[in-house]
Amino acid sequence: MDRLLNVMTILSLVLMAVVLFSVRRSHIRVEYSVSWLGAALILLVLSRSPGALYWIATELGLTDPPLALLILVFCIFLVVIYRLSVVISDLKDANIAMAQRLAILEFQLQSLNEKQ
Amino acid sequence: MRRATQSNRVMILIPAYNEEGAVADVIREVNQVMPNVPILVTDDASRDDTYSRAKSAGADVLRLPHHLGLGGCVQAGYKLAFELGYDYVIRVDGDGQHDPKYIPALLDVLRKTGCHMVIGSRFYQNNGAHTSTVRAIGIWVFRLVLRPILGKPVHDPTSGFVGVNRDTLRVFTGSFPLEYPEIEALVVLQRKRFRFEEVPVRMRKRKAGRSTITAIKSLYYIIHVLLGVFVNILKFEGRRRKE
Repeated sequence: MDRLLNVMTILSLVLMAVVLFSVRRSHIRVEYSVSWLGAALILLVLSRSPGALYWIATELGLTDPPLALLILVFCIFLVVIYRLSVVISDLKDANIAMAQRLAILEFQLQSLNEKQ
Repeated sequence: MRRATQSNRVMILIPAYNEEGAVADVIREVNQVMPNVPILVTDDASRDDTYSRAKSAGADVLRLPHHLGLGGCVQAGYKLAFELGYDYVIRVDGDGQHDPKYIPALLDVLRKTGCHMVIGSRFYQNNGAHTSTVRAIGIWVFRLVLRPILGKPVHDPTSGFVGVNRDTLRVFTGSFPLEYPEIEALVVLQRKRFRFEEVPVRMRKRKAGRSTITAIKSLYYIIHVLLGVFVNILKFEGRRRKE
């Protein structure tokens, strides 16, 4: 149990460091780093609070606190991935509309040039 | 390309992706059947010579900056047609499978019945259509699913040989399925209570190039389309509740 929690602590710190480094290098925009940093922070707090973990496991009807931690990790990243899917879908819609608009404007410009 | 005029309200739309081997013949055939009707090829960022072949054959070409897929490509053509004021657009695929000699029949039904969309159907009135087994099973499934949704049978829901009027153009410029659009488009129209008709046509084998729907993609295609239909039904229910 302790070893697992220590591993989770290290993983959450590594995740934070990677995200912050990526933001600094402009690989991730600040608004999209919030989900990852939030997820990493929740993991860090849970991994350093065995009492909270025991309480959550009891509430979930689980006898094994590490299993509760794994379920929580799964749920947190599910939310992050879902949020990113929404963002990607919006971006794709905007990208398609922009590509179509660009093509139409280019077409009309070319038609005007041919007329002159 | 000129704007629609009083005497000419019809445009032919040819979506094409890597169709250098067929697109010029398709344009020439359309020109023979429908002389003086503007032809717009929407080139979905082909990597081959589709653009220049279509230009040389006398068509106007709307060239997309990057590959959008069939739905995005067709929708771009619909958007331009709508902006230029056209009342009717007939879509003919750039691979040569759709015989342009049926275009007048599609147009005739659009004009005379006042329906919003007309589908060139391989299976309507048993005109002896042939298709692959996998595709035939898919079409059978889609017919079964669409029958209660549309309130009437549709014989060839996967046909891309379609004509639309201006009301439909307006709808499609705002909402058009992006992948495998034919079946979902029917549900989009049903949400607006639009009518469609079918016209019997014979389809030919593609002249060149390869179909975008390979055997491996067939299962994905069926699941994707069924999911798309289901999502569109959810939107339909939401709209009715608001009303």
